[in-house]
Amino acid sequence: MGELLELTVAQAARKIAAGEIAAQEYLEAWREAAAGDELNAYLWRAEDGAGGTEGSLAGIPVAVKDIFCMEGVPTTAGSRILEGYEPPYTSTAVRRLGEAGARVLGKTNMDEFAMGSSNENSAFGPVLNPWDRGRVPGGSSGGSAAAVAGGLAPCAIGTDTGGSIRQPAALCGIVGLKPTYGAVSRYGMIAFASSLDQCGPLTRDVTDAALLLAALQGRDPCDSTSVGIEGGVEAPSREDLEGMRFAVPAELARDAIDVGVREVFEATLETIERLGGEIAEAPLPHAEHGISAYYVIAPAEASSNLARYDGVRYGMRSESAGDLIEMYETTRAEGFGAEVKRRIMLGAYALSSGYYEAYYGRAQRVRTKIAEDFSAAFADFDFVVTPTSPSVAFGLGEKTDDPLAMYLNDFFTVPMSLAGIPAISIPAGLAEPVGGGPRLPVGFQVAAPAFGEQKLLDAAHALELAIGFEAEPGDADG
Amino acid sequence: MIERKQVLHVARLARLRLSDEEVEKVAGELSGILAHVDRIGELDLDGVEPTSHVVELENVLRADEPRPSWPKDVVLELAPDPADGAFRAPSPQAEA
Repeated sequence: MGELLELTVAQAARKIAAGEIAAQEYLEAWREAAAGDELNAYLWRAEDGAGGTEGSLAGIPVAVKDIFCMEGVPTTAGSRILEGYEPPYTSTAVRRLGEAGARVLGKTNMDEFAMGSSNENSAFGPVLNPWDRGRVPGGSSGGSAAAVAGGLAPCAIGTDTGGSIRQPAALCGIVGLKPTYGAVSRYGMIAFASSLDQCGPLTRDVTDAALLLAALQGRDPCDSTSVGIEGGVEAPSREDLEGMRFAVPAELARDAIDVGVREVFEATLETIERLGGEIAEAPLPHAEHGISAYYVIAPAEASSNLARYDGVRYGMRSESAGDLIEMYETTRAEGFGAEVKRRIMLGAYALSSGYYEAYYGRAQRVRTKIAEDFSAAFADFDFVVTPTSPSVAFGLGEKTDDPLAMYLNDFFTVPMSLAGIPAISIPAGLAEPVGGGPRLPVGFQVAAPAFGEQKLLDAAHALELAIGFEAEPGDADG
Repeated sequence: MIERKQVLHVARLARLRLSDEEVEKVAGELSGILAHVDRIGELDLDGVEPTSHVVELENVLRADEPRPSWPKDVVLELAPDPADGAFRAPSPQAEA
């Protein structure tokens, strides 16, 4: 059975299609593995159901972030306010995976309403990092990342609004891809910030990410902002980077990056050059204002999206009586956690009369400047590269008292989200955390122009092959 | 620095009841976050168009064909307090 779990999704799918492995046996092996979850990665696990037999993902089990609605399956988005909610419909992303033959293994833990970078904002307890259980897995798709890294799922899907796929993938030593905004339908994906939210895969390698994205992407009449990826997505095979140009942001704040992460980043740049890629600096002067713009725009959209949780149509209602307004106020006070309240307050403040133009209006203009910076860079370069996160996984509780310090984790991932472009994080090596301790995974982020997923996956594949990252949680420090 | 009065005003707009302790805490936290955000106040953004959506789309329309809606019982089953085929909520007027 152990050998079954060692296979990548692409390998397993091939063996299942060739009849070398029974889909049911493979599914059962993963169910058993998932049942041994000691990381609090799952909030719900499927007990029964047969493995699929037809399609590109026939027989493949997938862990699904608990933000995706599934008919008749508890869907909480990590929040008390949705405890017990069983949606009457299934999200397009999950439906598409099912149509490709995949089966849902379980729903994974997450920061409440996808707001967080450590998974400590879940109403159902934090997820532990499989590399070091005293550390966070990142967030908000922390359960999905920990499940894949911890051998509790062969692959997973998550959502990324400002880095919520890429950052946990980096902190857990796996691959995480945020597709172009509009590549994958958002229908049935519980909304956080609608102009930024995007679904994507968390996988063991780049080939698996391509396989999942190929099934997920596409236009959906139920999401008018979905357009799909023209020409689809194919398995990457590229092994060199000849003729490809990689931009490092000229303003890259190297001082803000932990020394171990910086070393892995510089070593990866050398690997790119060895593969024939060219590296040069490109100005991205507004990227450093990404956090400021993001932490106005995303909370503003969230304050509006979360207005629907009013204790009337679904979800919980406060027991304490009172008039209608009191019922709204107490339901939301009891149902939302501290970070969600903070963001609602921040967003409502930024949108309130007298502050709208100074905050929301300006943030939207900064967003334009950031997108223009990327467009200018892509006139000369194929990709922009940065570390995914300024540090390796940090300790549980280390940043919970300082919201701004927590937000700065997203420094390198937020600009791509604001520009709507695709970006992937691949494990590039291990680094010692500041203050010492066993070495932990470091992610390398590659971003491409809108809908350039195929080229991005091809380059990431070549780089992944050359890096040869094979460390796993539980290895002796090596 | 954001004052207590502003926090209470915004909390009311957002229909959030905050404890006294939360009001103090949120006032400090929002002030800290907005001090960081205020740096975008220094940028020259004259004449820059705001971005609300990154993918250029014309109006997206679908054929206006009638489809069945959700059955009423399926939807009402999700409600905390359904009654007489409707969502029941407390009266907007406090009872004595």
